[in-house]
Amino acid sequence: MTRQMSGAKMVVQALRDQGVDTVFGYPGGAVLPIYDEIFLQNDIRHILVRHEQGAVHAAEGYARSTGKVGVVLVTSGPGATNAVTGLTDALMDSIPLVVLTGQVPTFMIGTDGFQEADTVGITRPCTKHNWLVKDTDALSEVIHQAFHIATAGRPGPVLIDIPKDVQFAAGAYTPPKQARLGHYQPRVKGDIEQITRLVEMIETAERPVFYTGGGVINSGPAASQLLREIVDATGFPITSTLMGLGAYPASGKSWLGMLGMHGLYEANLAMHGCDLMINIGARFDDRITGRIADFSPGSKKAHIDIDPSSINKVIHVDVPIIGDVAHVLEDVLKIWKARGRKVNRDGLEAWWAQIGQWRAKNCLAYKPSDKTIKPQYALERLEALTRGMDRYITTEVGQHQMWAAQFLGFEDPNRWMTSGGLGTMGYGLPASIGVQIAHPEALVINVAGEASWLMNMQEMGTAVQFRAPVKQFILNNERLGMVRQWQELLHGERYSHSWSESLPDFVKLAEAFGCKGICVKDPADLDDAILEMLAYDGPVIFDCLVEKHENCFPMIPSGKPHNEMLLGEAETQGAIDAKGSVLV
Amino acid sequence: MSPLKIKKGSSSHSAYDLRDPNVERLERHTLAVLVDNEAGVLARVIGLFSGRGYNIESLTVAEVDHAGHRSRITVVTTGTPAVIEQIKAQLARVVPVHEVHDLTVEGPSVERELALLKVCGTGEKRVEALRLADIFRANAVDSTLESFVFEITGTPEKIDAFADLMRPLGLQEIARTGVAALARGC
Repeated sequence: MTRQMSGAKMVVQALRDQGVDTVFGYPGGAVLPIYDEIFLQNDIRHILVRHEQGAVHAAEGYARSTGKVGVVLVTSGPGATNAVTGLTDALMDSIPLVVLTGQVPTFMIGTDGFQEADTVGITRPCTKHNWLVKDTDALSEVIHQAFHIATAGRPGPVLIDIPKDVQFAAGAYTPPKQARLGHYQPRVKGDIEQITRLVEMIETAERPVFYTGGGVINSGPAASQLLREIVDATGFPITSTLMGLGAYPASGKSWLGMLGMHGLYEANLAMHGCDLMINIGARFDDRITGRIADFSPGSKKAHIDIDPSSINKVIHVDVPIIGDVAHVLEDVLKIWKARGRKVNRDGLEAWWAQIGQWRAKNCLAYKPSDKTIKPQYALERLEALTRGMDRYITTEVGQHQMWAAQFLGFEDPNRWMTSGGLGTMGYGLPASIGVQIAHPEALVINVAGEASWLMNMQEMGTAVQFRAPVKQFILNNERLGMVRQWQELLHGERYSHSWSESLPDFVKLAEAFGCKGICVKDPADLDDAILEMLAYDGPVIFDCLVEKHENCFPMIPSGKPHNEMLLGEAETQGAIDAKGSVLV
Repeated sequence: MSPLKIKKGSSSHSAYDLRDPNVERLERHTLAVLVDNEAGVLARVIGLFSGRGYNIESLTVAEVDHAGHRSRITVVTTGTPAVIEQIKAQLARVVPVHEVHDLTVEGPSVERELALLKVCGTGEKRVEALRLADIFRANAVDSTLESFVFEITGTPEKIDAFADLMRPLGLQEIARTGVAALARGC
């Protein structure tokens, strides 16, 4: 039996039927009927943000920390265009979102009406799929399809543009079970022949390495469990991209640390020197590969990915396996066990000895100081004082983000939310709010730089309003640190517009928002200040004044291979040529 | 001399096409993309090509199954073999795309294009245009005392050749449909 209801009511009913408990949004003229329906119910909580970009990032934080779909509701025109950065961010990092936008009534579309924008046109390249719904009868089915497409296969953001007259008109509601989901059903099981080839390689490899990414996290908790099982059973070393941190625990015995441009020496050299690379849910991003021509020259490469377009996109692989990480790893383990759990023990022993030598470089070492707080030291103390807590970390983008990835340890998946692919400054604060809304009792910290943080600082109002006790841990160097670092290394120390002039007083800013501000600049006071932040029951802006000219190492300069890493200041002279400076 | 590594079905044109598989060279491929005929689907496909820097040499689209709302997009593209593979994978993951066929590698196929050419002239040139049109099996679908509109169907190369011949004879305008293609056999 179909029920008749208004389009606006249908939206709320469909969200409810999809199990949505939270919507991040901002009202406006073209979504008023839906906001009216939200007003009339209590099942779905609406979090009012201060800017639509914040809504999308908050929904990303919610989605990444729960594994559920993040839902956003914004108005037409500027509401939709403000959401574009968040949509692109979610597309790059494969985060499932359903974004609902209001639109001018169907009879006004194309007339340049007030707050009209071609939302589906603008968002076509930055969504996995999008719809303009012109008929109320089709609306509920489209919403159910949207949830299916956002989560099936490689997850991503989808958008539904709903004209105002469609929200007012009555139509027939289709419940989720009766909705036609269409032909979009990506395969999840890997090809057994290829999986068997991978197992044969696992049995004989002398210098293997697991290279894992965000696909493991997206595949769900079972994938992380299976990954831990296979890593521990084989004794192979494992490294991960920025996106995949936490899938294998940082305290695990096979953990090499993060790889990539600012990854660990041992992780990058293991990638360069391996004879078998097993890529699980990563995509050979340019931050990982460095110079393509010299990327891991002596290895056979296997690649497990649910998205066929990721295979052979930048790096040619020998064993492509298209499928969901959890499904494929289950089959890999099954076949490997059935064939007798063989690995090349002698080869592995020599390989670990080699890795041990690389580890002895202690690539994260930095020059300590008792006068200024080194950003690395601040993160070491934050790690030490929060270890074992029910902790979630978000970040902004820049040096602090890389230091956080290097110095914080992640024991579980879904605990680390950072803008990896798009590198969106301003991501961390709203994302931390989204995480906190989903996990009200947990400790949620946004590791930030002062410049990134200012980009969406209006969201402190959201945090205070909804009593989200997020801790904003700002490593304040009064610089756009990563930009400054590149200008130092690549542009003759011409620091063009890379400092933060006229910064606000963050303690007063906190007071103005109605939360707590803490400022610390003496290393001796750092621990007490962090403890004060942790003890405070409410949002905190933590202004940590750090060394202004610290560079983030190790670093693989753009256009260089893994084995040409820079480990510290002494090695930077002339290390980057003009060709490298063309790259980003 | 390079070894003769001819991949099965690597060319629909000639068994003597001895391409060295190790050389990265531009290839021309004809892709047939079957899509749901829904709003914006063509923009999605075109946007994919422009957004990722792929080439479009020719593109035709029309609904081919009215009951099933299914359209067929025929796109001719050029790229290195790796880029062609990437184009196919990218097309296949577009949600309303049902099937992607690479007619260039999947076996022999036929390609046809239709063109209309307006040729203006009088006297000897006019007679010559009509005679050449006959040789090319082009039909005059409109004529005045000073002009013809010819309709010609064939491969893009045949149409190019015909247009080249018509140019000195008073070719004024040309409209081409782009390539439509089907695999041979069942």
